[in-house]
Amino acid sequence: MMIAGLPKRERVVITGIGLASPNGNNLGEFRESLLAGRSGVTPYEIRYVGKTVAGVCTFDELKYQKRKDLRRGTRAGSVGIYCANEAIADAGLDWPNVDRSMVGIYIGVTEHGNVETENEIFELKGYDYDTKFWSHHHNPRTVANNPAGEISLNLGITGPHYSIGAACAAGNAGIIQGTQMLRLGECDVALAGGVSESIHTFGIFASFKSQGALAEHDDPTRASRPFDTARNGIVVAEGGCIYVLERYEDARRRGAKIYGEIAGYAMNSDASDFVLPNPQRQAECMQLALRRAELNADEVDVVSTHATGTASGDIQECDALRRVFGGSHRVRFNNSKSFIGHTMGAAGALELAGNLPAFDDRACHATINVDSLDPECAMEGLVVNEARQQQVDVILNNSFGMLGINSVVIVKRV
Amino acid sequence: MTPEEIKEVVLDILEGIAPDEDLSGIVDDVPLREQLELDSMDFLDIVMELRKRYRVQIPEDDYVELATMQSTVNYLTPLMKDLQKA
Repeated sequence: MMIAGLPKRERVVITGIGLASPNGNNLGEFRESLLAGRSGVTPYEIRYVGKTVAGVCTFDELKYQKRKDLRRGTRAGSVGIYCANEAIADAGLDWPNVDRSMVGIYIGVTEHGNVETENEIFELKGYDYDTKFWSHHHNPRTVANNPAGEISLNLGITGPHYSIGAACAAGNAGIIQGTQMLRLGECDVALAGGVSESIHTFGIFASFKSQGALAEHDDPTRASRPFDTARNGIVVAEGGCIYVLERYEDARRRGAKIYGEIAGYAMNSDASDFVLPNPQRQAECMQLALRRAELNADEVDVVSTHATGTASGDIQECDALRRVFGGSHRVRFNNSKSFIGHTMGAAGALELAGNLPAFDDRACHATINVDSLDPECAMEGLVVNEARQQQVDVILNNSFGMLGINSVVIVKRV
Repeated sequence: MTPEEIKEVVLDILEGIAPDEDLSGIVDDVPLREQLELDSMDFLDIVMELRKRYRVQIPEDDYVELATMQSTVNYLTPLMKDLQKA
């Protein structure tokens, strides 16, 4: 069923953004870093794996939580709580008078529970694996809804809350879920996006390494290098981005600042491989989102690519992009992972946020660390290493994940 | 351990469980829950920490003994009198 042509009351807009990125603790800082080419990737060490690199966040956890909350909860919960509070403040909602039973929380996660399980097993080793020393906090920390649930507890939100497990498409999936729930009338305010605590699980580093897909470089800031011939894998990062989404009429009625409108979206599945992407399905996903947005490919100004910096993944996505945008001389392609690494469940939401200020500052940030462009990734509109000035009215955001899950969100200027 | 040392152990555990609270004014014979923000998970933390640090096993039926500092120390004294403070 097409969603194009929905009545005006069903239009959904972004009115608030809260984020935690390795190179910025709010949208202003994040955007400034992206335009200046500033990386957030640093040296990092984790048990068993040893020295590596990662995108590490530095937001103030105690801004919205007590020390006891931090002790009891999870890093993903803290990221979510920080982003949700920042988003609500940014949206200018009259929070004390908002009906919190009509606020929904939809948080995308790539994975959840690995960090807490690894920590607990590490502890248990000191007790010769005697499970009577296993923490009673394990279950509430590892239930899949934990990151969303911690937001609910922190903000006293009594509407629906849940996490959306969607691999690295999860950030977009959270936005899409929020949009759908607003259209269904399930909530009046949606807190939607994604979070990641993945740098705290050694397993994700070790697994990428075994797969030959963990980035290495003497200079951490240059380790994440999508589209470059010397790219050698993914930089794991933590982070979060949560949007306040509202129906357009509600936002207009209260005179809210509007960042942009969710013009279209799509999700589909490759149904072809556990880890290898499928350019045909990715292209179909973008085309479906464009149809729903009633836009042609040559009306898109910026495509925020998923590009993780793996040898084959970038080439496959470029193949998909050429299938959709091959005839367009207008579109620009960029990438945020080159700055901050792969923020996993947060990636889709965070990377979209980094592009939204383009509606006002009329710039397309670059993809950095391209010393030698891979000929197989060469595209006319690729913005390499330095931001470019241009009018931006439509942004298309790609986010793809393992098991062949694809997501696309299109945002347009209101 | 003497009762005084056991009290120090319990206070040390409480500092970890309630890091935002001032424990200097704890009244021994008033329920801890009336003086601190503690819930059932926090009391399980006390039980777990005693188990981890001193291998002291507290059966579920005895959790009520942890209501006040005084009752806690009284309850733990026979269980911990032969242990050395870590």
